[in-house]
Amino acid sequence: MSKATIQGSGIKTRNLSDRIFGAAVIILSILVFVIIAYPLYFVVIASISNSNLVNIGAVTFYPKDIRFYGYEQIFQDTRIWVGYGNTILYVVVGTILNMVITLPAGYALSRKDFMARNVVMFYFVFTMFFNGGLVPTYMTVSSLGLISTKTILIIFVAINTYNLIICRTFMQSAIPEDLYEAAILDGCSHFKYFMTVVMPLSKAVISVLALYYAVFHWNDYFNALIYNSKADNAPLQIVLREILLLNQAFANGNGGVQGGYGQSSADQVKYAIIIVSTLPILCVYPFIQKYFEKGVMIGAVKG
Amino acid sequence: MSKDNNNAKKLQKPFGVRLKKDLIKNWQLWIMLLPAIIYIFVFCYVPMYGVRLAFRDYSFSAGITGGPWVGLKYFKQYFESASFIPTLRNTFLISLTSIIVGFPAPIILAMIINQIRNEKWKKVVQTTVYIPYFISVVVMVSMINILFKNDSGVVSNFLKTIHLVASDVNILGKESAFIPLYVLTGVWQSMGWNSIIYIAALSSVDTQLYDACKIDGANRWQTMIHIDFPAIIPTIMILLILNMGGILNVGFDKIFLMQNSLNLGASEVISTYVYNVGIKSSQFSFGSAVGLFNTVINFIFLIITNWISKRITGTGLM
Repeated sequence: MSKATIQGSGIKTRNLSDRIFGAAVIILSILVFVIIAYPLYFVVIASISNSNLVNIGAVTFYPKDIRFYGYEQIFQDTRIWVGYGNTILYVVVGTILNMVITLPAGYALSRKDFMARNVVMFYFVFTMFFNGGLVPTYMTVSSLGLISTKTILIIFVAINTYNLIICRTFMQSAIPEDLYEAAILDGCSHFKYFMTVVMPLSKAVISVLALYYAVFHWNDYFNALIYNSKADNAPLQIVLREILLLNQAFANGNGGVQGGYGQSSADQVKYAIIIVSTLPILCVYPFIQKYFEKGVMIGAVKG
Repeated sequence: MSKDNNNAKKLQKPFGVRLKKDLIKNWQLWIMLLPAIIYIFVFCYVPMYGVRLAFRDYSFSAGITGGPWVGLKYFKQYFESASFIPTLRNTFLISLTSIIVGFPAPIILAMIINQIRNEKWKKVVQTTVYIPYFISVVVMVSMINILFKNDSGVVSNFLKTIHLVASDVNILGKESAFIPLYVLTGVWQSMGWNSIIYIAALSSVDTQLYDACKIDGANRWQTMIHIDFPAIIPTIMILLILNMGGILNVGFDKIFLMQNSLNLGASEVISTYVYNVGIKSSQFSFGSAVGLFNTVINFIFLIITNWISKRITGTGLM
């Protein structure tokens, strides 16, 4: 904070305008904060309030007539837990697969003595801007016999080109070239060098990519919508859509669209589901925020 | 990149020979790349080959290779269909509004955050504005449905109280409200996340520039306009090109979930149309043709923006 005052003409007007500017910054930042935070806060308080009060607009700043009806309903609905289980499977296995494919590829592309790297890079980057489209992709998956299997939901988008670029850029810039030369002198192969030197030095990028992929799998709903029609394989997001958006009845018959008490309790269930499905990500978020930021910055070096 | 080009020039041997040499010398690297190459081939390049379906009739036995050649029949069918103008118009309107409103928002936000002097408050604002990015699209849309519900939605009631919206309007069911709702909630969700990259660019500005500015008698506003803003222009250009390249790639997920019978006139876009005719009604050839049309327009936009940007600012992708 080098706010050293400099003697000179116009210092007074500058102070005044700077003060106005400072005030504007604070007001604007408070405004942004409220706009972003309030809807999130509202869902939380609505999920534990009497939904009749929520519906007449009586719940605005703090919860009223606290009850946990919505949460109780969720715990009784098996669909949500099946969806949760499937999603966890897709997140864990899918992310591991992502890493096993992305990291070695990123390493190979980061080697400057790899002559074909530009050609191979183009091979990947081209798919960012041109694709076969939904129907041919669907036909491909279908001809492989993977429609409505757990496999396709795990392997779909096994490698993301943008993440590959982040990985390559990191390994290119953050790992000293001297290490490679020393390793080569010792007769080290690429495999061994990758496993013993590159991996331990790439913790930052590994965590960033794992988080990117994991969030993608957690929130992925499109691929499940297109490539899966079996209820047994449905991930959480598909179940959420059925309950939240298609208003499908709850196991015990509550939550249909027939107004009255059914409707208002259905709403409370919705708030509670939003919380329950988003909570895992929001819980780990504070711990991983710095990695996310780091990831964006690594990626920004070369878009 | 340029160093590699020089290397390549030195070894001016035919591509095949060079590839063979490379395969022998770097076989380990090729093995490490193999899973990625195979995956991309199967799930990206095979579908590209499958695009030929757009020019052929679909036959069950031939699968992705397609049946007899029909030329541009399915493109004509799309251009002449009653859905062509509405889907194209909606797609353009939604993407264009998204870019016009959604592109500057994170830049302005980054500038504001960068100007906050109280470090603690800065941290709080940053942490909060990133959160919506992690909300899944299903949850996002159901939040919209709840918060904007006709007579009990907190946000819609608030907007009506301050007379931003007429009191008899059902925001969720009005065609003209669809685009603002889609775009503004999109800004709400992604503004914070997209600002990270600009905040990073701003934090790397040379502090000597600020000192020089102060000595010259510039106030904070002037410093922001003359130092901060120019510093992030290259970042802005790159992101603008990428955004323009995706102009017709409006997010299928969110629009699909926000669609209802009342707003369909404004919310049916090319991608949802492809899904409805191509996958749901199994008109594979027709769906491929519409999808290809979409991809080609995107590609053209990308090339044009890249070219303009290179001309004007010297920054480009390729």
